[in-house]
Amino acid sequence: MKTITRRQLMKSGATAAGGMMISFHIPAFGKAEPYKPWETDNAEINAWLVIDPDDTITIRVAQSEMGEGVFTSMPMLVAEELEADWRNVRAEYASVNRSIREDRVYKRMGTGGSGAVRRSREYLQKAGAEAREKLIKAAAEKWYVDPKDCYADYGRVHHRSSDRSINYGAIAADAAKVSVANVEIKKPKDFNLLGLPKNRLDVPAKVDGSAQFGMDVRVPGMVYAAVVHCPVLGGTVRSFRFNAIRNNPGVLEAVKLENGVAVVAEHYWQAKTASEQLPVDWNIGEEGKTSSEQFKNEFMAALKEDGVVVASDGDSHTAMEQANNSIESDYIVPYLAHACMEPLNCTVHIQDDRVDVWTGTQNPESALAAAADVAGVAPEKVYVHNCFLGGGFGRRSNPDYVREAVAIAREIGKPVQMIWSREEDMRQGRYRPMAAMRFKAGFDRDKNLTAYTNHSVAHSILAEIRPDSVEDGVDRTSVEGLQNMPYAAANKKITHTIKNTHMTTWFWRSVGSSQNAFALECFVDEMAAAAEKDPLQFRRELLAGHPEMLNVLNELARKADWGKSMPKGSAQGLAIHESFGSIVGQVAEVTISTDGELKVDKIVSAVDCGNLVNPKTAEMQIESGIIYGLTAALYGKLTIEQGRILETNFDTYHMVHMDEAPVMETHFALAGGDKWGGMGEPGLPPTAPAVCNAIYKVTGKRIRSLPIKSYVLQRA
Amino acid sequence: MVKLSVNGEQHELDIDPATPLLWVLRDHLNLTGTKYGCGISQCGACTVLLNGQTVRSCTFPVSQVKDAEVLTIEGLSEDRSHPVQQAWIEEDVPQCGYCQSGQILTATALLRDKSNPTDADIDKVMTNICRCGTYQRIRAAIHKAAEKQGA
Repeated sequence: MKTITRRQLMKSGATAAGGMMISFHIPAFGKAEPYKPWETDNAEINAWLVIDPDDTITIRVAQSEMGEGVFTSMPMLVAEELEADWRNVRAEYASVNRSIREDRVYKRMGTGGSGAVRRSREYLQKAGAEAREKLIKAAAEKWYVDPKDCYADYGRVHHRSSDRSINYGAIAADAAKVSVANVEIKKPKDFNLLGLPKNRLDVPAKVDGSAQFGMDVRVPGMVYAAVVHCPVLGGTVRSFRFNAIRNNPGVLEAVKLENGVAVVAEHYWQAKTASEQLPVDWNIGEEGKTSSEQFKNEFMAALKEDGVVVASDGDSHTAMEQANNSIESDYIVPYLAHACMEPLNCTVHIQDDRVDVWTGTQNPESALAAAADVAGVAPEKVYVHNCFLGGGFGRRSNPDYVREAVAIAREIGKPVQMIWSREEDMRQGRYRPMAAMRFKAGFDRDKNLTAYTNHSVAHSILAEIRPDSVEDGVDRTSVEGLQNMPYAAANKKITHTIKNTHMTTWFWRSVGSSQNAFALECFVDEMAAAAEKDPLQFRRELLAGHPEMLNVLNELARKADWGKSMPKGSAQGLAIHESFGSIVGQVAEVTISTDGELKVDKIVSAVDCGNLVNPKTAEMQIESGIIYGLTAALYGKLTIEQGRILETNFDTYHMVHMDEAPVMETHFALAGGDKWGGMGEPGLPPTAPAVCNAIYKVTGKRIRSLPIKSYVLQRA
Repeated sequence: MVKLSVNGEQHELDIDPATPLLWVLRDHLNLTGTKYGCGISQCGACTVLLNGQTVRSCTFPVSQVKDAEVLTIEGLSEDRSHPVQQAWIEEDVPQCGYCQSGQILTATALLRDKSNPTDADIDKVMTNICRCGTYQRIRAAIHKAAEKQGA
């Protein structure tokens, strides 16, 4: 067994292509120093926006467009204050390199936690307002009038006392030179753009193939890399036999990585084919003996432990003992992969004075830091060119794939595009944690809930990646929704146990709420049954202290026509959950055929995100969360045997298709005020429990573990 | 040498005839609108049309194309004016957009076979995966495109 890396090849004077000299044309690339990709010939009013003489307004977006609509909603926040003519607005990514050079001028550039609007709204409004005031001031100076006598409207500045007006494009260059102070943003009642349904700005490029995703980047002289990783997470490369593939067509070289080998070739297909034929000897430890069945047993056993107290009220122990009757149930969910449509990929070009990285990332700042670290250069020399993301769902906020691509580029000295095959993407996941939950509820003689306890056991993301942020044995992301359980119970106790395996975990759309809402909201239906109450009525009573949740619940019941008569084999199920600042309630209508086939016919949602930026993309996010959540509920599971993940492609890791997609109806029940809740994730958590609660009504069977398809369903 | 006609243009390429059409389009002809999703004909992101019929190009060797005319998303229209593209824009279908080239071409083939497809026809033919869950809007856009083509 012989290991050949590029260094050894260079020493021996051979080429990786088996003795055939292959020359590559690597043209000079952006030699001007310092390189400023954000520089423009047109007027930059502030870092967020540029106005061209023809009135085109380019608004820089510091969040990542992965389908959630930030390329439209972020510009809307700016354009509202700018009093822009929306038809003239286009969007482009803000430069992360500029942000680190200019004191983080673009502030928070990571996209996650349903935070794009929640966390950047105010400073984007201020950027738009500042630009508006600059345009007004420039026009006033031009006319020798008082700026107070001028106003901006629909892309023009007007002078009140005369009928003069001027388009933004004509004064943008002057506006870029003036400064203004203490600008104020508009009151919601004065909005004329926010809250209106607007078509997405990124759609035209997404219907003709021109939208550039990471994998579509083409750098002159670029070669391609396919990577084979150790099939067991945590394993490393002992050796590999490059000779077996060195004469394969197009193969150039192989690069040894810690946990895998990259095969580099002229074309990706050549690299991928060769990588699959490469004999690799792996170092696999005890992880190679694990199985998901074993994990399941260990998690269920840990449910019997006491755990750390997360929240407590009253004396749940005594109350439970004194209860007239009580119920207890255990729930469990598996590890899940994000499975973005676009497998992870990254293109890197390292030159003497700069490193360029093209990829779809949810976090250009961490991607830049990772690239600088691996390339061994100052962060200022790294340019991350963000692309459209072919799905993110949390996965693309981890820069592991960027690190790997930079390491390959560093070794081969050529621009390289690294693409993980679907199988590698699935096996190198950063998974949604596995979790188990035990619930107990005690009732008095009048069927009132008097005691509630919940113990959860979950793989902790934070214990794995940022142990310092685990507080007193609790990873708060694991107990989202459980810790703040909204239902009134005089005596309650919430406890938690961290249980980590060798699996690598990360934030997966809606994080802890993805599993916790399923278990909690199914158990709420169990409690309602124990209290002999309708699930809606039971929730209404216990949510009396939460007017916003109650409002959503009531709107949901109306719009979904809760309790309407359903044909035999069909039923409605209900769930409600608050996450990322928004409340979403859903009613699922399901049908189970006489031969046990389940169809989710319809899902009606009621949503309180406080205020809306773009109702159209907000509605799309609810639909997206439902389908993502329904896929997880119906099919989502990773089976581990001998430490290896068995579901490595869509033939075994099933997705909901068109024929299974329910009709979706979204209604908003907005609290207004200062509330601006997230939209990317909150649509997901209620879907699984709403469906499972409906299934119970048809079958009489409680679904207490996911996926649903592992159950045999029968009409009761 | 492999001969190939794509979007009305003739190509002669010195490539391994076993190369899947997907990678020929993307890496040799730089037609990157056709996407890699799974490599095993499961997801449909790589869908192109061969003489009007859908083909999942990730498992289709380029040698099998022979005299057939390949149509990719780039060749559907010059200016997004194809009724299916127009319907997609009007219904604001795409989210991340990665699967949409395949969805649009599959819908185009469906509408060629059935000018006014039912929901059941759509369920049967539209088997492409969309991880963002745009199915409901795809369905609406197909009905809208059918109207446009009938008009």
